[in-house]
Amino acid sequence: MIEVLRCGAMTSVQDLGRFGMRHLGVGQSGVLDPIATQQANLLLGNDANAAVLELTVGPLQLAFHQDCTVVLTGVDFSTSISTGKAAAAQQAAIPGQAMELKAGMQITLQRPTIPGTRAYLAVSGGIDVPVVLGSRSTDMASGFGGFHGRALQTGDVLPIGRFFTPPRNAPYGIRPLAPSHVLRATPGPDYDAFTADAHQRFWMQPWGISHQSSRMGLRLNGQALTLNKPLSLLSAGVLPGNVQVPPNGLPIVLSNDAQTIGGYPRIASVIQADLWQLAHLPPLTSVYFQPVTHAVAAQARERQLRYLERLREALLGAERIN
Amino acid sequence: MSTDADSLAPAIRVTQLGEDALLFLFTSPEAQSVALPIQQKLWQMSYWLESQRVSLGLLEIVPGMGNLLIRASRKTLLNTLRDLVLTHWPKLSGSDVQGRLLEIPVSYGGAHGPDLEAAAAHCGISKERFIALHSATVYRVYCLGFQPGFAYLGGLDPALEMPRLDSPRVHVPAGSVAIAGSQTAVYPTDSPGGWHIIGHTETRLFDPHAEQPSLFRPGDSVRFVILEEAK
Repeated sequence: MIEVLRCGAMTSVQDLGRFGMRHLGVGQSGVLDPIATQQANLLLGNDANAAVLELTVGPLQLAFHQDCTVVLTGVDFSTSISTGKAAAAQQAAIPGQAMELKAGMQITLQRPTIPGTRAYLAVSGGIDVPVVLGSRSTDMASGFGGFHGRALQTGDVLPIGRFFTPPRNAPYGIRPLAPSHVLRATPGPDYDAFTADAHQRFWMQPWGISHQSSRMGLRLNGQALTLNKPLSLLSAGVLPGNVQVPPNGLPIVLSNDAQTIGGYPRIASVIQADLWQLAHLPPLTSVYFQPVTHAVAAQARERQLRYLERLREALLGAERIN
Repeated sequence: MSTDADSLAPAIRVTQLGEDALLFLFTSPEAQSVALPIQQKLWQMSYWLESQRVSLGLLEIVPGMGNLLIRASRKTLLNTLRDLVLTHWPKLSGSDVQGRLLEIPVSYGGAHGPDLEAAAAHCGISKERFIALHSATVYRVYCLGFQPGFAYLGGLDPALEMPRLDSPRVHVPAGSVAIAGSQTAVYPTDSPGGWHIIGHTETRLFDPHAEQPSLFRPGDSVRFVILEEAK
């Protein structure tokens, strides 16, 4: 068990997401950065889909009531480990490394070194909350899944699943991926409804990231995108990564907690392989869209899946460690 | 929902929504409404695909208003999927999907429906007439979305159409029965919302722990039954 001694806003239990439920209006939820999550789970010998904690703002202080191995990935959160006793020496935690904790020890994550980016805390065995509609992810808007359908609060006690031996090469650790602030995208169904100027602006302009961005979507600021003529669309299914343009002309990249059906023109879709970056794009920075074909998008996705597969094999002890 | 001859035999448009999803538009996306026979074929299509979800490698099958979104898993070829749907579409009869008739008891007006009075005034009819018209229709669940269990209901009496609220409410309680544009709906969970609230139901629309989590399913018929009329 893990006890939450102190908890800032918006820390939640998430796995890789809830799929196959959008026809009932149920969104995907799940970690915004599936790469960092799988890196952490693989390092622990967990199932890649084991539930982790996603942190957006600190602090988070946890007490472990059993021996456990933990891994931090994503952005550095200035994390320390202590024995839990007053005046005891603290030890800095290293992101991307498996750390063995004894029962009674505490871990404290302060705040992200870059505000507006996310960290992941994985534990051996995973956070063992019940599976609801096929996933352990928290659907915060609708209040189900995860830990009682909500963000964590001080005093919560989280169950941990049964765990196995970490892979042989776990001590080597893993390197986090660095976000590039370039989101590759394919043109969307309503691309041709936008003016030539809008096309130019969409691909060339640095888009400022709004403070109103959330797990629902990345809201962007810049010169507005205009349509050839007003467009009123029948509601249709949308997916994370779809770029919608509401009447104010400022695009929104839909993210994991977005609703399942929308009616705004869709100018583009961010490719699957680049969606993890939505977890790490802080407000007041800029992002660019880069046009690619569907074939390039599919290749990028395959490469990413192969990277995770190779990482799993390397950790298990094949000699291809580099 | 109006029926016009052209929309019964539309040119089907297929577009891609990212590298792994197809969006089939069975009616012009700029149409303001969807003919029921088209939507019926769409329900048949989505239930047919649902029955083969695993063998076809489909991740999501999402009926919309006159359109269908299909997200494929990694190994499924979109071209194969496109051909499969386009080949199967003409074989669908368009005859009615066996939906259930669901009766939803509603307390209209007063504290349960704070916008009823203004809505009736906007339509130029009495509250009683408004309630009578709203509860007289058998609506169809066209699709679900926005929130878990939130149904897009077709069939609102044109006399009850009205624009959204100028400024959305921060909090609309679960169970609120509301109207906006040419649509009526029930809010399954507490949320912000810009629709006119005319009543309230105690019926639970979504339970994530139930075997059938959503009360409404595409193709179902829905009737609102007057439980109570606030004086």
